[in-house]
Amino acid sequence: MSAATFFAMGGYAAYVWPAYGVSFAGLAGAVIWTLAAWRRTQAELALLESLKDGNP
Amino acid sequence: MLFELANPKRFLMFSGKLLPWFWAVAAICLAAGLYLGLFAVPPDYQQGDTVKIMFIHVPAAWVAMMAYGLMAVASAFGLINRHPLADVAAKAAAPLGALFTALALITGSLWGRPMWGTYWVWDARLTSFLILLFLYLGYIALWNAFDDEVRAARATAILALVGAVNLPIIKYSVEWWNTLHQGEGIFVKGGSLIAPVFLWPLFLMAVGYTFLFSALWMVRIRTEILARRARSLQLQAGGL
Repeated sequence: MSAATFFAMGGYAAYVWPAYGVSFAGLAGAVIWTLAAWRRTQAELALLESLKDGNP
Repeated sequence: MLFELANPKRFLMFSGKLLPWFWAVAAICLAAGLYLGLFAVPPDYQQGDTVKIMFIHVPAAWVAMMAYGLMAVASAFGLINRHPLADVAAKAAAPLGALFTALALITGSLWGRPMWGTYWVWDARLTSFLILLFLYLGYIALWNAFDDEVRAARATAILALVGAVNLPIIKYSVEWWNTLHQGEGIFVKGGSLIAPVFLWPLFLMAVGYTFLFSALWMVRIRTEILARRARSLQLQAGGL
């Protein structure tokens, strides 16, 4: 199968690829956003805990 | 009090150990499912290559419904047992559920246009699924409407439980009403109506989506546990 045939998706490229594109963007975005929030919260808590230990 | 504190702590430890495995299973299943689904599967005899949309549409829809079910169960535990981890789990599931619902609606619409001739139709399956999206969005909005976490958890839990009636409606909509959406083809008595060559990538993608959702859900629960700890530290500091 040639690359052109593959990307043409039997004439349905205009529907198949946007569906895959939106799904990938949505899921990848969720992973990035979720992990960023985790790191941000972890750092925030570490800062608060060090402040608390520093000034009892 | 100790009991309440111990459980989030135990959850952090337990989920920390599970998470790498969940990410790995998700990545492997999605990679294998995508490979089979995009390269190894022949065009369907009726639907041509649009059948490839099934591999991302059906898993997204399954996870969207599963997430709501989990959110409703967690809400029930939160209401009845007053367990804070249950409230956190319910809250953490909602935005993910909304995302998977939106993905199912969008991919379904892109599948409907070439096969049905329309992006959208107000049939029972599509309409009840749109209601699922509104339930998630309403749930999130209701959470944000309260300042007090305990009251927010109680109000949203009631919404989640009332909305759970929509799940069987979605599931059986294709039997109870005349829908443009096709009926159940996979979990059928006597075996699936779908050829095995399509079932394998569908199965792999479904497992991949499920593990991806579970990993994201766990990370969101962990984040919320730390955020609550941070908030209580801030309150203590402010009180001094």
